[in-house]
Amino acid sequence: MFAPDRSKYPEMRDGKPVIELDSQKYLKIWQGPQHPGVTGNMSLELTLCGDEVVDCKTHVGYLHRGFEKLMERRKFIQCFPIVCRICVPEPDTNEYLYAAVVEELAGIEIPEQAQWLRMLNLEMSRLTSFLMWIGGQAGAFGLGPIGQWSVTHRDYMLDLFEELSGGRIYHMYMIPGGVRNKLPDGFAQRLEDTLQKVEKLLGEIEKVMFNNVVLKMRAVGLGLITTDMIDRFGIVGPNARAAGIARDVRKDNPYLHYDQLDFEIVTETAADAYARARVRFREMFQSIDLIRQIMKNIPDDDHYHTQLPNVLHWKIPAGETYQRAESTRGEYGYYLVTDGSGYPRRIYVRGPSYTHAVALLEHMAVNTNIADMAGLMVSLHTYPPEIER
Amino acid sequence: MNNLIQRLQNRFPISAVHQQRPDLAFCCVDTKQAVALITHLRDYEKFSHLVFLTAVDYIEQGFFQLTYLLHNYTRHCDLGLRVRLDREQATMESIHHLWEQAATYQRELKEMFGIDFPGSPRVDESFILEGWDNIPPMRRDFDTKKYSEETYFPRPGRQTNDPENYMKAKLYPEGDA
Amino acid sequence: MPKIQDILKLANDGLPEHEREYFCDARPAPYRPLAKYVEKFMNWARANSLWLLGFGTGCGAIELRPLMTARYDMYRYGIAPRPTPRQSSVFIIGGYASVKTTKRIIRSYEQMQAPKFVIALGSCPINGGMYWDSYNTINRIDHYIPVDIYIAGCMPRPESLIAGFEKLKQLIKDGKADGANQYIENLEWYKANQKKIIKDWNMPDYNW
Repeated sequence: MFAPDRSKYPEMRDGKPVIELDSQKYLKIWQGPQHPGVTGNMSLELTLCGDEVVDCKTHVGYLHRGFEKLMERRKFIQCFPIVCRICVPEPDTNEYLYAAVVEELAGIEIPEQAQWLRMLNLEMSRLTSFLMWIGGQAGAFGLGPIGQWSVTHRDYMLDLFEELSGGRIYHMYMIPGGVRNKLPDGFAQRLEDTLQKVEKLLGEIEKVMFNNVVLKMRAVGLGLITTDMIDRFGIVGPNARAAGIARDVRKDNPYLHYDQLDFEIVTETAADAYARARVRFREMFQSIDLIRQIMKNIPDDDHYHTQLPNVLHWKIPAGETYQRAESTRGEYGYYLVTDGSGYPRRIYVRGPSYTHAVALLEHMAVNTNIADMAGLMVSLHTYPPEIER
Repeated sequence: MNNLIQRLQNRFPISAVHQQRPDLAFCCVDTKQAVALITHLRDYEKFSHLVFLTAVDYIEQGFFQLTYLLHNYTRHCDLGLRVRLDREQATMESIHHLWEQAATYQRELKEMFGIDFPGSPRVDESFILEGWDNIPPMRRDFDTKKYSEETYFPRPGRQTNDPENYMKAKLYPEGDA
Repeated sequence: MPKIQDILKLANDGLPEHEREYFCDARPAPYRPLAKYVEKFMNWARANSLWLLGFGTGCGAIELRPLMTARYDMYRYGIAPRPTPRQSSVFIIGGYASVKTTKRIIRSYEQMQAPKFVIALGSCPINGGMYWDSYNTINRIDHYIPVDIYIAGCMPRPESLIAGFEKLKQLIKDGKADGANQYIENLEWYKANQKKIIKDWNMPDYNW
């Protein structure tokens, strides 16, 4: 990392630089909704002094569709097709959480096979999301080919999703009561072939990306997260794990059958962009291992969906609840309030990027070089659609 | 979890405790004591993670219910605090001095519900919507379908059936339920 | 033809003489095709090097990324993503458009140089899709900018996108893809629609 000559830069007070906009030393740049390497539309209003960012304001809202208002107008069974579109690159966590939260308030138990199939779906979706992310992270530092390789392999995983549920991106597979389908014939063999291809790719990415001297120079020391920032900003997921805090929803509040699987929480200690990339890279191997463990445990019967009451006249008793799951970005949560009618009263989606992209990024952007801003933003792994839903 | 609720009940006026799951409980607290209770939970009871802050609109009874959900990482449990605000003058004390991320939640609530948090940084700036001149959209008296039909030119020929009535008419055309 | 000053507020009103030439001061002119065989040649050249504007406006951006990889490979068709509207000729509206994004779409579309084409991806730009009753998404994109090709789906597969590009190439070679001219001829109507939904219009009336 470069060490600037601080004598020419603005003085710092309380960790924030003192900016006088009239003094002709500052330039305001809008790093707008069209970004290299970022999935989603979010803009940053940056104030620069030379090459260094002194102030950053995040503007969101380009992808706001008013989901929570739309869901109040739809019956419970009509909500599940739109729920997966809240987070565009990783829709399965939304489907699972909506189904879990509705089942808890309606008092529905789901069969064993459905629970294992849901876990398989969630782990596969984590893997595809990480593959998309690593393309963005490498692209932000100038390593273009890695995005081409990883998105191609993500396509092989999307083929498997298509076999399972009929859709490449939006699966609508996990519905309240269970899942829609069981595994087709030969799926296990095709899944194993694809996983081997992905493992081979990850070996090559390790050689090309993590041993690359340019990436190491740019990413090491970029975007340090100190331990006092973790709870102040609500940092969850790999961002916190790279700072040494071992928190994982799958271990702390296990859901489905994660307590029966054998895995370790992946942590690093350096807490910079390179460490976060290493944590996510190792979690890709962890997901592959978990998928193999899950495939050994799936029971094989025809019972993958419980019979629901007539869904058009389905009234759920009044109550409120909150469920959480571990997505690739961290703790994802759904808060549902019902009032005994056929429509949900309020659904609130708690996305991890809500705090990472707005409060944390504005704090961490100070004193960063403008050329590294894209890399910093992608290393926090923010997906803007879940910020403004 | 039960010990915790008893300890809190000795010090603060909380009511309507509801244990939803072994690790999730909700309780109601008065507006004036809410920030003190949250500070106590954060500093003494190790509820260090603010999961979210959101609001539910109970228009029939005329109040907003603010929900703060706090998480304890040492005991892995959640506590949800429900605070009632009057719907006509919806203001609440800000908690941005406890968690810096709370300022974002408060900005969104001001824009979407109209609940004011005086003192929260940048709470008056528009967060998600641009050029919005109607009532805050998440309130239940805002009709989103009517607004969409009037403002954004819908394409004619679209037919939407309320599924309940459509299926009833299809299955029982004689009109017998 | 009404005067430009009646329908648009000119961006160079009240500026000193040496600054007026930076802003538009005339009605945008429609593109007139050249002599027959020259135009055929130009259309063939345009159809075989469609450069996209690399702006993923909504959900559709997720299926644009696989197109650039080796599996679907749009580069062999001559289609390449460009970062700036000045260098691109195709604008893909990927999925729904919120009001905030529509303002940027209009701005980017007007900065593109004729002849330019628009592809609307997904069912949301056609009639609102599944967000038809949302207070922040528009229902018909062709009331705000002219559309040449619609590709239905949610999300359409990359193969459907390539099929849509083939159709667009056929339209261009036949000389029928004149969305840009329609925009200029019906400028009053488009501007009135745009100003109805974009309430804080803080950009020039025509982003030349």
